[in-house]
Amino acid sequence: MYRQTDIISDAQVSPQEGDLVINVGPQHPATHGVLHLVITLNGETIKKVEPHLGYIHRSIEKMCESLTYRQFIYVTSRMDYLSAHINNHACALCVEKGLQVEIPARAQVIRVLMDELTRIASHELWWGAMAMDLGAFTPFFHAFRERETINDIMEETCGARLTMNYMVPGGVMQDVHPNFQRRVKEFIQLYKRKIHEYDELVTGNIIFQNRMKGVGYLSPEDAVAYGCSGPVTRGSGVSSDIRKIYPYEIYDKLNFDEVLESGGDSFARYMIRIREMHESIKIIEQLIDNIPEGDFQAKTKAVLKLPKGEFYTRVETARGELGVYIVSEGGTTPYRIKFRSPGFSNLSVLDHIARGSKIGDLVAMMGTLDLVIPDIDR
Amino acid sequence: MFIVKYIKDILGAVKSLAIGMKRTLYYFTHHKEIITQQYPDNKDTLVLPERFKGEVVMPHNEVNEHRCTGCTACELACPNGTIKVVTKFDITPDGKKKKAIDKLVYHLELCTMCNLCIEACPSDAIKMAQTFEHSVYDRSQLTKILNNPGSKIMEGVE
Amino acid sequence: MWSFSHIADFIHEWLSSTFNPTWTLIIEMVIAGVCVIGLFAALGLVLVIMERKVSAWIQIRLGPNRVGPKGMLQSLADTLKLLVKEGMTPSGADKFLFNLAPFIAMIVAMLLFAPIAFAKDFQLWDLNIGVLYVSAVSSIMVISILMAGWSSNNKYSLMGAMRSGAQIVSYELSAGLSILAVVVLTGSLSISDIVMSQADGWWIFKGHIPVIIAFIIFLIAVTAETNRAPFDLAEAESELTAGFHTEYSGMKFALFFLAEYMNVFIVCAIGATLFLGGWMPFHIGNWEGFNHVMDWIPSSVWFFGKTFFLIFVIMWFRWTFPRLRIDQLLNLEWKYLLPISMFNILLATLMAIMGWHF
Repeated sequence: MYRQTDIISDAQVSPQEGDLVINVGPQHPATHGVLHLVITLNGETIKKVEPHLGYIHRSIEKMCESLTYRQFIYVTSRMDYLSAHINNHACALCVEKGLQVEIPARAQVIRVLMDELTRIASHELWWGAMAMDLGAFTPFFHAFRERETINDIMEETCGARLTMNYMVPGGVMQDVHPNFQRRVKEFIQLYKRKIHEYDELVTGNIIFQNRMKGVGYLSPEDAVAYGCSGPVTRGSGVSSDIRKIYPYEIYDKLNFDEVLESGGDSFARYMIRIREMHESIKIIEQLIDNIPEGDFQAKTKAVLKLPKGEFYTRVETARGELGVYIVSEGGTTPYRIKFRSPGFSNLSVLDHIARGSKIGDLVAMMGTLDLVIPDIDR
Repeated sequence: MFIVKYIKDILGAVKSLAIGMKRTLYYFTHHKEIITQQYPDNKDTLVLPERFKGEVVMPHNEVNEHRCTGCTACELACPNGTIKVVTKFDITPDGKKKKAIDKLVYHLELCTMCNLCIEACPSDAIKMAQTFEHSVYDRSQLTKILNNPGSKIMEGVE
Repeated sequence: MWSFSHIADFIHEWLSSTFNPTWTLIIEMVIAGVCVIGLFAALGLVLVIMERKVSAWIQIRLGPNRVGPKGMLQSLADTLKLLVKEGMTPSGADKFLFNLAPFIAMIVAMLLFAPIAFAKDFQLWDLNIGVLYVSAVSSIMVISILMAGWSSNNKYSLMGAMRSGAQIVSYELSAGLSILAVVVLTGSLSISDIVMSQADGWWIFKGHIPVIIAFIIFLIAVTAETNRAPFDLAEAESELTAGFHTEYSGMKFALFFLAEYMNVFIVCAIGATLFLGGWMPFHIGNWEGFNHVMDWIPSSVWFFGKTFFLIFVIMWFRWTFPRLRIDQLLNLEWKYLLPISMFNILLATLMAIMGWHF
């Protein structure tokens, strides 16, 4: 079988006669958004991939500077819209760090539960979309069946399906819905009943395995050097789970494994996400019956003011490490905000791993990098 | 042995494909698994969760009274200028001037349903409604005045 | 009993008694042409709605259910939409070739209808090299695809066309070889002879392992030849947007679309004829009663039933599997299918010589 043998060096990349330059995107079925890739081809073989960004830049960081600490959290749902909860969580954590408030135990557990549900929902969508990139349409709809269940749970508790704005500084906005525990348990049942279909339809399929194995190899050194995070680095065998390394909330008390694969190819990154869903289910099972009683929100002042200084928190989103950096001058609005988004650094590795492979592989690699374009551009 | 491996490869591949085809055949023949909701047809039975954030409304009681004091907390809490409170001064029976709302202008086209105004409201005057069919033919129809014409503030709400 | 051949004979006799032989021939050709076009339109509509329903049920959806009873008129509505849409020609395109390509695709599909036996004694043209004719004419399809891709002045189209060229040329080999397995056993290239040779049992039952292998290879090869998933590299939506018909719109796109479905129908009809006995009813050895009941089912029902079963299998493939990569596609043909089918044809020949089949 074909293997991506050598990475074409830059000297070979210089434009030659016969090179085919193709614009993939900003409107293209495989980019899942407005990513624009300029790819240089030699026949079917990719010589260079140049991502062009900025089509969905909304200057969220600048916008946040004019919003108060309560208000700016909702904007971050629009960055990585598939893990909106976790984005909000990161911002709330950063504000809480500045305010030095203690979060009630109940709020912490609810937050972690919501994070993990979001992670599963995000991975479900990724699984369907990636199979669709590879030409199989059916898994997309099957993935949505489970994802919709999570969205219904979110809708019941948070009032929205995608951009919930449920995390507030000090806890969560509302207590969980009375049905929450029952419906999450129902979801776990559904998940366990259906998850083997994912393997039957996609993972075990010989065509799929041949498409994924041995392509898009990313060495552990390169994964670190490019600043990748999340499943992309873990697929190369580099431990990078923020939930384990810098535990926040109650993750240090939970029993779950950091998923690691040593392959470094597209298939390893695929397996990481599939196994991460199982780990998330494990976390939810531990917590769902043990939500402590108490307040869901700590008492905070009506107008939040962060002390003068710099604050940085990081969380593990479904795509990798999200860092929130706030510079405060002591006022009600941040002086400067910067988000370190996982998608941006994961995208930067695309040119490196795609060189020398075929167009079909490029689509598969983009799938396994799990790019969410608004997260890259912000 | 090359030939044995070759044949084994083929058989393994065929088996993996057959497993997938069995799964799709199952769904092809089991129509009870279909999860599609026929949206416009199920409008009568469609129930949205009570927390669903559709649009901001101001509940009024039977005698056309609301709970809004005109404190502008919602206006301050709103991240994108969706709510504008226009106040006036009522003359109370004992001759004093009292601040009250003239209009509470709500721009649905700007609203992101973040729920911050509801949280900020000290007198529970506004709440989220479970509507979602917001499309209109003209943008100006999305600018709404939440208090009914001639409405008054409820007794006892400060 | 009522049958297509009786109607055809009746029309022929009536025409011969009314007109002179030249006019009879001309009128018969016109009737045949109108019938083929009518069948074309009807089959196109049926196949499109079938594909959409099959995909919907596999994907736990309902599928089209608004236009007509249970959505059965959906494809008619779609056709109407495509008819009134503007057919645009991109600037910089080779206008003549661009507009010609969909018609060539259509003409090829129409030509392929000629030798197919739709029912007992009902065939437009029973030529003595029927099978050879089908494999020869179906190769012209690739020219229309190359033409469309080349003239569109679009890099995606060009790549789709080149992929398709490589793919169809390679897969024709194993499709041809697997057809030959049956030809060797029958000893004739004529479609009617092949069908008649299966009167005592279809080749898939009579022919032991070689014919079963040939049947599987035939299915895979024709799926690739008609550019259907998992071999839809020429279109490859997620890679090349729409491949060779990226720039086509309106009726010209509809012609490509229709030609694709017609090709699916034709290859399935050929498969049904060669391996599943065409219009021959299902017979079991000496069970006279059972065989008699089977004979009562009209031959056209047998033919269309088998053909639609094969079409369903091809659709089933499409909605289950991911797409192959271009190099894997060629590997599959040259490293697996071609050697196996070559070995297989040797086996079939041996079997035919020794008379091991039933």
